[in-house]
Amino acid sequence: MSLTDLPLSAARDGLRRGDFTSLELVDAHLDAIEALNPRLNAFITVTADQARDEARKADAARARGADGALLGLPLAIKDLFCTAGVRTTAGSKILAPFVPPYESTVTANLRRDGAVFVGKTNLDEFAMGSSNMTSAFGPVTSPWTTSDNRRLVPGGSSGGSAAAVSARLCLGATGTDTGGSIRQPASFTGIVGAKPTYGRCSRWGVVAFASSLDHPGPFARTVEDAAVLLGSMAGFDPKDSTSADQKVPDFAAACRQSVRGLRIGVPKEYRSDDMPPEIDALWQQGLEWLRAAGAETVEVSLPHTKYGLAAYYIVAPAEASSNLARYDGIRFGQRRDGVDLDDLYERTRAEGFGPEVRRRIMIGTYVLSAGYYDAYYLRAQKLRALILKDFTDAFRSVDALLTPTAPSAAFAQGENMDDPIKMYLNDVFTVPANMAGIPGISVPAGLDKAGLPLGLQVLSRPFDEATGFAVAAVLESAAGFDTLPPLRAGAAG
Amino acid sequence: MSLDPATVRRIAKLARLHLEDADVPRLQSELNGILGWIEQLNEVDVTGIEPLAGAADMAMRLRDDAITDGNMQEAVLSNAPDRAGAFYAVPKVVE
Amino acid sequence: MSPSLNQYVIEGSTGPWEIVVGLEVHAQVISQSKLFSGAATQFGAEPNSQVSFVDAAFPGMLPVPNRECVAQAVRTGLGLEAQINLVSRFDRKNYFYADLPAGYQISQFEHPIVGAGVVEVELADGSSKRIGVTRLHLEQDAGKSLHDQHATKSYIDLNRSGVALMEIVSEPDMRSPEEAGAYLRKMRTILRYLGTCDGNMEEGSMRADVNVSVRKHGEPFRTRCEIKNVNSVRFVMQAIEAEAKRQVEIWESGGTVEQETRLFDPARGETRSMRSKEDAHDYRYFPDPDLLPLVLDENWVAELKRGLPELPDAKRARFVAEYGLPVYDAGVLVAEKETAAFYETVAKGRDAKLAANWMMGDFFAALNRTGRTIETSPVSAAALGELVDLLTDKTINGRIAKEVFEAMVETGERPGAIVEAKGLRQVTDTSAIDAAVQAVLDSNPDKVADYKGGKEKLFGFFVGQVMKAMAGKGNPAMVNDVLKAKLG
Repeated sequence: MSLTDLPLSAARDGLRRGDFTSLELVDAHLDAIEALNPRLNAFITVTADQARDEARKADAARARGADGALLGLPLAIKDLFCTAGVRTTAGSKILAPFVPPYESTVTANLRRDGAVFVGKTNLDEFAMGSSNMTSAFGPVTSPWTTSDNRRLVPGGSSGGSAAAVSARLCLGATGTDTGGSIRQPASFTGIVGAKPTYGRCSRWGVVAFASSLDHPGPFARTVEDAAVLLGSMAGFDPKDSTSADQKVPDFAAACRQSVRGLRIGVPKEYRSDDMPPEIDALWQQGLEWLRAAGAETVEVSLPHTKYGLAAYYIVAPAEASSNLARYDGIRFGQRRDGVDLDDLYERTRAEGFGPEVRRRIMIGTYVLSAGYYDAYYLRAQKLRALILKDFTDAFRSVDALLTPTAPSAAFAQGENMDDPIKMYLNDVFTVPANMAGIPGISVPAGLDKAGLPLGLQVLSRPFDEATGFAVAAVLESAAGFDTLPPLRAGAAG
Repeated sequence: MSLDPATVRRIAKLARLHLEDADVPRLQSELNGILGWIEQLNEVDVTGIEPLAGAADMAMRLRDDAITDGNMQEAVLSNAPDRAGAFYAVPKVVE
Repeated sequence: MSPSLNQYVIEGSTGPWEIVVGLEVHAQVISQSKLFSGAATQFGAEPNSQVSFVDAAFPGMLPVPNRECVAQAVRTGLGLEAQINLVSRFDRKNYFYADLPAGYQISQFEHPIVGAGVVEVELADGSSKRIGVTRLHLEQDAGKSLHDQHATKSYIDLNRSGVALMEIVSEPDMRSPEEAGAYLRKMRTILRYLGTCDGNMEEGSMRADVNVSVRKHGEPFRTRCEIKNVNSVRFVMQAIEAEAKRQVEIWESGGTVEQETRLFDPARGETRSMRSKEDAHDYRYFPDPDLLPLVLDENWVAELKRGLPELPDAKRARFVAEYGLPVYDAGVLVAEKETAAFYETVAKGRDAKLAANWMMGDFFAALNRTGRTIETSPVSAAALGELVDLLTDKTINGRIAKEVFEAMVETGERPGAIVEAKGLRQVTDTSAIDAAVQAVLDSNPDKVADYKGGKEKLFGFFVGQVMKAMAGKGNPAMVNDVLKAKLG
């Protein structure tokens, strides 16, 4: 068995037993990156020398008797997290030259626990997208293919992280989920992706897209691995005013909790007539698995769920239009000179931002502009309150909700690019959880007829990621999803 | 709510995004498409609903008044594309 | 309703015009660190040395509010007798400018921390007027741009970026440059008393935006213009007059005053239009999603209220009641908290009126002359008090006291020591006075004859001569008595 075939927890056990060293483990993954990244373009920056250095240090520390939740384990970091001394681009030309002089709280937490970073992963520019097609550093190709060998998208915006974990180029990765950007790519690439409760992970040092919707979270190959990663990433941060002062539970232990007696809600509004039959079938299958494990399933109603996406496309662009105003070429980043200050701003930003980012900035600027605030932003925030109320009401009678993660499997690169709304619809099942701030986790549950992964999503109460992990672990065990993508470490061709 | 070219230009100006004349029609059409799709929100009756003040429903923590930051002139200046010693430089502004 | 006497008006060709003035004061909060970052706030530091990554709006940076800045805003609200809003909110005001790194300013738009209050001002004619305060809110200050360092570039210093400001908005209740000046001075005094702002307009820690419009008496309000960033009380008063005249001319020539933002040019004594801010009116305010609602605990506000110092109006009233001072004098002494404290140290247990006269006369004159302040006074309150004692127990008389005081200013020595060293004790020895008086009368027989013949004014001459002979140390009352007795 190759070192890249071990999921995170198994690799950790191996290191603890002394079966191999961290340097060997990290080297194996760096070799895989070298072999596969040219095709997948999952990484924008590979930090090979640093990673080897850190691996050696981890081995030395372990020899001295030290240990840590993630000591010596190779992880990849979405290029939205500022990493001190390592270029951080947010997938954008405007930040192409930016080397942060500070470390984000989440990545500092991972380092505190001994993790080794192999590189910064590709993403949709400024986290705006569901396909990783909008990156200024080229699209990411999914490690999954269909028989006609078209390049497929890994999903987005955290497409690079999802592809890297799926292709076994690292043991886990960080992502951010603003409208589904962890869960949807996890579903497309057949891995686990978790979005915790809003405020569970600090946003300090994460390049902001939409402040009230951004959620840092983990990718991994198993539910337990994702739980271990989240346990390390999470925690109160006084530098982030929206950080939740909540104790971090033992998420890994939660994976072993029984679901007997739990009530699982099935939101009826998530089913539509044009839902692909295989996704519906997988959803039903998931419910059966949970019933077999002793849970009760019951239909619930989330009447405002269908408005979630439209409301999201007011709130997120509005916040983004303001958050991205700081990219002006004056204090950092790429700059294009102009005849005067306004010209400098206009040219720097028009050239530095790609079309999707510019579009969203325009939408956001418009919906906040004089005369439109009430009709758009205020109304969308009221809808958000209604969406949260739907969930709160549902959670009075159920402990978790089960839905499909995405309305389809991965599509080909270049598809859905002609109409922005088609792309936005990828997030229809994931967005409501961002709007309400509740935790959600996607588990690979089956394949569609083209042999591509499909995920199921578990939603739970605020700060009750534990129940989500418990339910997800049961689904994972029942599904026994063990199909591997063709473009992965160690595979031939 | 439909945008006309003048409004598209005004918004681009507010957002400090340079817009070529040739790009206006396409952008206008894309934005109108998105805004038209968003109109569905008007179906919902939101009377009496308080807007969500961020998903986290807490009161704000306040920080002690102490000097814990700054004093790093080099670090805040070293990424600047146009730097003039201890200052950031921009094209001259006439007030 | 006819205009009152003394109402300020601009005389136009079509008759008198009233002016309507509102002031927006931006007061920098006294605190160690900034409103949303831990960088220092001290004035005059090396450029960009008091800047955190939050202040410079680097990617991923987030604001965390400073408790003391919030407390200072509450104290100020309490000092303005204003409504404290236990729940308020921070909003983003979005616009692009080189001194605004994030492309937005964190401010408070719909729900400010302080609501309606009032400032009472005293005018030269002895009347007082209550000027309404509409609201007070917290916001970030911007950085500084230098436009004169380079031919084609402006230089940006972000030290000031993020310092806490209180924006205090008045009702448009002022009707003359004098009222506006009095309001600013009173506001400055209140802020300095509270210790929430040092009110230093030269350094820019207190700035005023002036809103001016004109109207014929009895009319509704006409269009107003805003004059931004006026940095002295004198300039505010000049700017109001210049702007009001400009507007009157426009109206009288048949034109319309356009609502716009202007700057005051002190050299020319006129206002001019600001070009750059014309299209920046769409600020797209929305609640800052990086922050939560600001919720204040009632008990905390009550504690802040208990900790407030005695405010100027209350102190003035107390000085009138306790020390028997005229309102005007009391007003002068309470204008600065430090002066009032100094006075009370001098006056405690002593002749309060005598103490007040000395402070307002010789003492203030000496401070002016030597360029000192109360804090750097060459004469301490204790020393001045001692001087008052020496006068009260008649050790010295008024004239000698002036001489002693001058020596105190010059040498910093205590008055008792100076009196002894220079032998300035007042002479109360009856025989000595008797002898001196007699000597003067004996050497001026013709003047004595004139006096007895009716020239009563010569009495002063005799007093002067006796004092001269006694080197000023004669007890004036006794000298008078003895002279009267001998002259008959």
